[in-house]
Amino acid sequence: MSFPDNQQNLHSDTGAQAPVFVRMKLKSFKEKSFQAITYTAALLTVACLLGIIFGIFREGLPLFESVNLKEFLFTNSWYPTHAEPEFGAWALIAGSLAVTLGALVIAIPLGLGAAIFLAEIAGPRLSELAKPVVELLAGIPSVVYGLFGMAFLAPLVRQWFDLDTGLNVFTVSVILGVMIVPVICSMCEDALSNVPKNIREASLALGATRAETIFKAVVPAAKNGIAGSILMGFGRAVGETMVVLMVAGGAARIPGSVFDPVRPLTSTIAAEMGETVIGDLHYQSLFALAIILFLITFVSNLVTEALLIRRDGR
Amino acid sequence: MKRREFTDKLVTGVMALMLGLTALFLLVFLVRMFGQGARALSWEFLFTAPRNAMREGGIYPALVGTFLLTGLAMLIALPLGVFTAVWLTNYGRPLWLVRILRVAINTLAGTPSIIFGLFGMAVFANLLGFDISLLSGGLTLAILALPVIINNTEQALRGVPADFREASLALGATTRQTISRVLLPTALPNILTGAIISIGRVAGETAPIMFTAATFYSRRLPRGLFDEVMALPYHIYGLMTEGTHPAQQVPIAYGTALVLLILVLAISAAAIITRGLIRRKRQW
Repeated sequence: MSFPDNQQNLHSDTGAQAPVFVRMKLKSFKEKSFQAITYTAALLTVACLLGIIFGIFREGLPLFESVNLKEFLFTNSWYPTHAEPEFGAWALIAGSLAVTLGALVIAIPLGLGAAIFLAEIAGPRLSELAKPVVELLAGIPSVVYGLFGMAFLAPLVRQWFDLDTGLNVFTVSVILGVMIVPVICSMCEDALSNVPKNIREASLALGATRAETIFKAVVPAAKNGIAGSILMGFGRAVGETMVVLMVAGGAARIPGSVFDPVRPLTSTIAAEMGETVIGDLHYQSLFALAIILFLITFVSNLVTEALLIRRDGR
Repeated sequence: MKRREFTDKLVTGVMALMLGLTALFLLVFLVRMFGQGARALSWEFLFTAPRNAMREGGIYPALVGTFLLTGLAMLIALPLGVFTAVWLTNYGRPLWLVRILRVAINTLAGTPSIIFGLFGMAVFANLLGFDISLLSGGLTLAILALPVIINNTEQALRGVPADFREASLALGATTRQTISRVLLPTALPNILTGAIISIGRVAGETAPIMFTAATFYSRRLPRGLFDEVMALPYHIYGLMTEGTHPAQQVPIAYGTALVLLILVLAISAAAIITRGLIRRKRQW
């Protein structure tokens, strides 16, 4: 700034004819407006989130003028279209928790096992190959998994276990589980790779076997990252819509066994939104379900963040 | 000593088994998708419209619809995301806004896609009056893609060595000139490959477009931003759950799913490979 004459070649776009002070003004105007554009973009991004929160709360909160919050959360008769509609969402929340838990039961051993194998046991060649493949798998559209579950896995499950329907908690859990394995695996592998080498070497030098090193030295050192990866998988599973919509069976009851059909929050919203009239109680109740869903993922996000920040600070 | 060695082998074996099981499931999945889907594929399938209440014909309108939706979403999300990342890496004042922005990005990234769909329906389709349209869906998908693009662009910008920026500033270039002539061009390949990977994700999303853009059946292509569109993911869902002739619809659904799968995987794979090559070739 203090040597304007030296900068003539750098920005010929300011016009060589113009007097120095005009060029200076123009330049600072360009700087300022560029900064303003980026600033606006940042504000817009924040506005997107605020808009989403505003949007779903504006549509969902009016429900509680006519329905008791406690009743909404803790009773389980969901009859939104009856003449005397009932909005008890507990069975739907339980449905979401059931399929998410089932997915985690399958995905945690698979994801962590695969990550430990890739990060600690496999040679560099396999790891190098596996990383992009895992990233690729994370991008398979959920509706394709839904189709696979509905047209292939569900009939098999029905046959194997001699059930009335293959669309149940078990089938959904298997598919959701495999779906979130790449999420858990890649994040967990990162966490393991970030563990300093000397921890491993110290443990091996003390005479520990590889398995002992992994489970008594490396995994404890990476526990925050691993917990974060599991929470990330949880968030993905609880918010997944298409697979549960197509494969969960859709009965709004609390499941008594893993072979019962359920109706999680997401599939309720997706399946019923088309039947509602804008602004009626049913419409509001679906937005209220979305608020619950948003709060669940928001909290699990915050916890993940907290875990990862602590890892960084170590 | 023997027991410890045995445990060691056992643990190693179990870990390998976990990876193997995952790989096996995915293999069954891919074989099934390709095996069943390939039967439906043909040029006619790709380039004609559905006929006879979705029992016959192709997926051309859905294919075009998916391209339009994804393209529109990227057109909106890419500049917004890149500028946000530029602000984050180069200006970043005031600090409280940085903190809020980080929370916003992380929250957006973790929010279920169906919530984006509801938001798009309530705000774009109803409140702003865009109705069920290409525009509503494109805007909704853009917000969905935004956090991915910001994170990825930020990483790409931070990956440019500090020397580059310092050298540029030392030569008397202003911050804007440094950003637009040094930082962005250097980071561009990484920004683009990241954006392309997110294209793959956006193209496969169903829940956000269900109530904002997609329609089960349309004979013609959309004529403008305010027309509703068919889209591949929603078409699959429709074939599986609506209609009365599952025997004829399921094979078409498999074919559509295969097209979507190949599209998404090919786009992402190309980007991932390119990114790997760039990393290897890089001189600094």
